[in-house]
Amino acid sequence: MKKQVGLYYSLPQIMWLLVFFAAPLGIIIAYSFLKKGLYGGVEPQFSLEAYTAMANPNILIVTWRTLKMSVIATILTLLIALPCGYSIARSQNQAMRLFLVIVPFWTNFLVRIYAWIAILGNEGFLNDIIRALHLRSESVQFLYNQTAVILVLVYMYLPYAILPLFSTIDKFDFTLLDAARDLGASRFQSYVRILLPNIKSGLVTAGLFTFVPIFGAYAVPLLIGGKDSYMLGNIIADQLTKTRNWPLASSISMTVTILTTGLVFLIAMRKPREQKQVFDADPGLITPVASGGR
Amino acid sequence: MHALKKPKAIRIAILWRTRRMLRKGGAAARKFMPARSSLSNVIYWVVIGFLFLPLFVLVLYSFNSGRQATWQGFSFEWYQKLVMASPELWRAFLNSVIIAFGSAMMSTIIGTLAAVGTARYSFKLKSFVSTMSFVPMILPEIVVGVSLLIFFAGVGLKLGLATVWIAHTTFNLPFVYLLVSARLEESDPSIVEAARDLGANEMQILFRIILPMALPGILSAFLTAVTLSLEDFVITFFVTGPGGTTLPLYIYSMIRFGVSPVINALSAVMVAGTVLLIYPMRNFLKVFAAR
Repeated sequence: MKKQVGLYYSLPQIMWLLVFFAAPLGIIIAYSFLKKGLYGGVEPQFSLEAYTAMANPNILIVTWRTLKMSVIATILTLLIALPCGYSIARSQNQAMRLFLVIVPFWTNFLVRIYAWIAILGNEGFLNDIIRALHLRSESVQFLYNQTAVILVLVYMYLPYAILPLFSTIDKFDFTLLDAARDLGASRFQSYVRILLPNIKSGLVTAGLFTFVPIFGAYAVPLLIGGKDSYMLGNIIADQLTKTRNWPLASSISMTVTILTTGLVFLIAMRKPREQKQVFDADPGLITPVASGGR
Repeated sequence: MHALKKPKAIRIAILWRTRRMLRKGGAAARKFMPARSSLSNVIYWVVIGFLFLPLFVLVLYSFNSGRQATWQGFSFEWYQKLVMASPELWRAFLNSVIIAFGSAMMSTIIGTLAAVGTARYSFKLKSFVSTMSFVPMILPEIVVGVSLLIFFAGVGLKLGLATVWIAHTTFNLPFVYLLVSARLEESDPSIVEAARDLGANEMQILFRIILPMALPGILSAFLTAVTLSLEDFVITFFVTGPGGTTLPLYIYSMIRFGVSPVINALSAVMVAGTVLLIYPMRNFLKVFAAR
């Protein structure tokens, strides 16, 4: 009995997650293989319809677009976040600089989306300025296109990339850069060949933190985007609530799940030694190397 | 160790992680290192400008008189309306608070127990428990929301405040589990052994040794859960029903169906609230860091 004490402690959590996490997931897996009911719901009959329906050109286009937009937004985010993380790590007032990144980050998600509508909208801040400067008499439509969605996505997820990059760069031994310079490397070379390889894990973490939520984005394309910026998350919601094709909503959800968790596990498996710490900004392998095996 | 399911959630997880890093990092060593990279500093300040621009615009417009977004003069009109004439908004706010504290309470109790169980004992299903506690974090929010909605429909549970509470407890659990586990791992196991040698029983060890030692972790887990819950939009959107409108959902409907400038005032208040919340916490956490 004594051996099982730990299990008793964990039992409530096991039960809760089995009922409210595993069971719902099991249900959508099952639903994705059933026939769709006439008015929502499903018929208890095996069918691969939901998966063949995904070959529908409309859905394929949206899948491709989602992938493309997520990749673009992630790359942009990383490119901007890298120098930011570096600047915070080298600053003498790290706490203040972090605080400034965290304030917008902690502001309510919808409030921030709304703020962008207030800026980019036809009657918004930007159009106000354009009119005040007499650049144009009519308002420019900035909202409801892919560029706007990508801009807001980058805005939303920048801090997710900055913070892990910061904590990795913070562990980096900056004297290595000086050493590289002493040995004749140019400034650029020292960054690319010394800094970057040493903070690879931070880049991977930051990339995952941005890519995965962007890939499953729902609210941003819904409120900021137009018809040409619909993403997979929006298709799932539409199939569920409007078209009421539950099997299709389930099969697309499954696809998104498999793609994102697959990506995460692939990266987690890449270095089995760090598996447990893969989401840690510093997987512990770098620090000993960079700091001379401290 | 932190995960990928929820945007909001992640950023809180990162925040705590970053704090810990900061605490451990060599702040003293850095003092002697001047900030030299001017380009990265320039980029940093431009990015801060970019991050704050929307907040600034919201605050500015919240003092604008007139319905249009165009600037028409200074006024407190919308703040007045926010306080005096928005009963539905306050109802939604109350719902949010109820759900936040209710789900944080539930997930903190369950998650802490599980963390204690897996940190202190080895048992057959241990790795199953820790893996299972981790997976919900990697799933995209939309998948969690959709699967819960279909599940609730399947078991015939009426959508409303109760289903929102269940959903929030579910997505909070992994974070509570991780934060409390991390804290327990840091604590010295020999203290528990000493207590046992001195004759403490299981209950005494739990309530007088382990829980007090894990308290900072438990508190931060609770606060994280409250924040995650207050923030959540996507999952709530799917599992809510009559009477279950939370503040983010109310803001959503304001954006979607007719924007009233009251939303500017509300947003400005929320921005101010965020700053007020984090600023003292930063000092509080620095005290911890000095420990």
